[in-house]
Amino acid sequence: MITELEMGKGESELELGLGLSLGGGTAAKIGGKSGGGAWGERGRLLTAKDFPSVGSKRAADSASHAGSSPPRSSSQVVGWPPIGSHRMNSLVNNQATKSAREEEEADKKKVNDDHQPKDVTKKVNGKVQLGFIKVNMDGVAIGRKVDLNAHSSYENLAQTLEDMFFRTNPGTIGLTGQFTKPLRLLDGSSEFVLTYEDKEGDWMLVGDVPWRMFITSVKRLRVMKTSEANGLAARHQEPKERQRNQPA
Amino acid sequence: MNYFPDEVVEHVFDFVTSHKDRNAISLVCKSWYKIERYSRQKVFIGNCYATNPERLLRRFPCLKSLTLKGKPHFADFNLVPHEWGGFVQPWIEALARSRVGLEELRLKRMVVTDESLELLSRSFVNFKSLVLVSCEGFTTDGLASIAANCRHLRDLDLQENEIDDHRGQWLSCFPDTCTTLVTLNFACLEGETNLVALERLVARSPNLKSLKLNRAVPLDALARLMSCAPQMVDLGVGSYENDPDSESYLKLQAAIKKCTSLRSLSGFLEAAPHCLSAFHPICHNLTSLNLSYAAEIHGSHLIKLIQHCKKLQRLWILDSIGDKGLEVVASTCKELQELRVFPSDLVGGGNTAVTEEGLVAISAGCPKLHSILYFCQQMTNAALVTVAKNCPNFIRFRLCILEPNKPDHVTSQPLDEGFGAIVKACKNLRRLSLSGLLTDQVFLYIGMYANQLEMLSIAFAGDTDKGMLYVLNGCKKMKKLEIRDSPFGDTALLADVSKYETMRSLWMSSCEVTLSGCKRLAEKAPWLNVEIINETDNNRMEENGHEGRQKVDKLYLYRTVVGTRMDAPPFVWIL
Repeated sequence: MITELEMGKGESELELGLGLSLGGGTAAKIGGKSGGGAWGERGRLLTAKDFPSVGSKRAADSASHAGSSPPRSSSQVVGWPPIGSHRMNSLVNNQATKSAREEEEADKKKVNDDHQPKDVTKKVNGKVQLGFIKVNMDGVAIGRKVDLNAHSSYENLAQTLEDMFFRTNPGTIGLTGQFTKPLRLLDGSSEFVLTYEDKEGDWMLVGDVPWRMFITSVKRLRVMKTSEANGLAARHQEPKERQRNQPA
Repeated sequence: MNYFPDEVVEHVFDFVTSHKDRNAISLVCKSWYKIERYSRQKVFIGNCYATNPERLLRRFPCLKSLTLKGKPHFADFNLVPHEWGGFVQPWIEALARSRVGLEELRLKRMVVTDESLELLSRSFVNFKSLVLVSCEGFTTDGLASIAANCRHLRDLDLQENEIDDHRGQWLSCFPDTCTTLVTLNFACLEGETNLVALERLVARSPNLKSLKLNRAVPLDALARLMSCAPQMVDLGVGSYENDPDSESYLKLQAAIKKCTSLRSLSGFLEAAPHCLSAFHPICHNLTSLNLSYAAEIHGSHLIKLIQHCKKLQRLWILDSIGDKGLEVVASTCKELQELRVFPSDLVGGGNTAVTEEGLVAISAGCPKLHSILYFCQQMTNAALVTVAKNCPNFIRFRLCILEPNKPDHVTSQPLDEGFGAIVKACKNLRRLSLSGLLTDQVFLYIGMYANQLEMLSIAFAGDTDKGMLYVLNGCKKMKKLEIRDSPFGDTALLADVSKYETMRSLWMSSCEVTLSGCKRLAEKAPWLNVEIINETDNNRMEENGHEGRQKVDKLYLYRTVVGTRMDAPPFVWIL
């Protein structure tokens, strides 16, 4: 699976390569490993500012568009470095805070003539919340977790969720087994709709606010049956209107 | 001893507290086995699937304290799918049904639900102590049941769990009559905290010795809390951001000075570095300091704090302290026994990171050092040889060079000789984690010298099956072996099946073991649970079998007396 990952200033680079910097010329040995090996399996696209994606089974691209030294290959292997997930989340959050704060300071130095509202995520409290959040789906007992950090847009996220819950793969837990067509969680046209719980504990429809604002306020996700989300307007009809819903 | 009445023998056994020793006692003769089992109060089960609640209760009907561990260690790094197992519910149900007088429950890497916590809180009148480490599956509602129903609660210790925070009312569930708290640790909770309820709880808990707050507790609340608990021994600071001239800060300074019993400090989950100086007056008493979550505190402030901590025995810190900072630690903390240095920056070079020089400095300055966990960017054989010479007393040595397969950065050689020196010199080494570029040679050394080694973690190391064989044949006391991304296959796996009976578990992921190899192992050893964890599709694995030459993604095997577990999810295939 190849996904486009966007971080930072909205630039996206499509660079596919597997030039992981391994010491001692052992690349060939590593490349010959079993199917579960993280190296050299599938390509994942990212920009120089990518953070480690701990839960993914994809080997990351190491090329950097900024021309600086290549990102550490330690951050591109699943479960490596061996830091507990609790600590890793804290680390990722801190790094995001730092860069959000740096960006905020950099912005302050710029003279801004036009009156376009700045990205609220940086203004509000300078803290960006990243990491894994829970996803539950109505009718499925066991939930999943998704790394918001590894997604760049709503479409991206919706695709991942569709893969997680609706792949017609008997080995996948939590699947309903019935749906083979694309789900379209975002446009209100399918049987399910995607909602999230925000920092204040309210359940909101996903998609109303800019992505960056969304990821600072989302605490967890829920794939809800459209019938239960009564009154939530289909997105394409009334994008501004939203209703607060307590899950049953 | 056989001429003494049972009560006398039992009284003697009361002085034997370690699990190993009690297990040994029970093997001496039938009479001792019987006396031991009726008098055993604390039971430790390192793998919850090695036995079951029924057998536990049959053998130890008088048990008061139970420790259970669930998922394998690599679950900490997201290598084990969430639904794998490790449910505590059946244990609590069985214990509740049996009316055993449970007082203490300690769980690690298990799935705990609100239902389990509710049942626990209602079933044991004398329940006193709950310690949950790296567990998941519950919410603050579960904590509310514990608070409300456990009348004699002494310890509620939540370490690095994933808890769904339904926002803060669980603290108000402690009744006004609850005054017995000794330990309260909720640092891992992410949500808001009811500060009023917390302050009243602390104020009515005169025995409270250990208090670890979450990030929702601000500085002014901390000042008030410390004022009403000057007997505090172990403090975890939550949020630590404030204007240093404000009244709250002055109050905090005054409160800190009164806490003359304070020995352990941690937290600083959100910290403004310039306020650390408030703690300087009590630093000379500190034996334990954990600043590993305090990412905002720069090296210089850390160093200023540490310079006051002459009695420090345990230090957990971020690598932002740098080699220079570690030199200060080496010259100041002569009593240091345990050091952990965690990475603060995973992306980009990090010029404040630590290198082999910091490690050498510590080994030279701290003669009592016996446990180390060290994340660094680079290492050399020469440094490791020096460390081994300086510190032959290591019990735990865990080195993590961040870049996999990285050789000695000076000679470009593998790090075999360095680690070899460590295992040769450290005769009491019980736990070892390897990293960097390593060939089969390092395993030859480990098999030859690491006689006391119980736990070994291997990643991206070795060349052939010989490596793993050296370890399996040589390390007689091996209990837990975990291997990832290394070229070990069926030959090594199957060479000595009886070895696994002496071990708790073996984990192998992204190695060269095949399905047929695992099947053969399962056939030879019916007393093992051989689990294949394959998140893609186990059924497809079988179809495309080609006589099972397919490589196995994740293999986890462990000895058990109760056979295949019934609660495995579909992607776990127990052969």
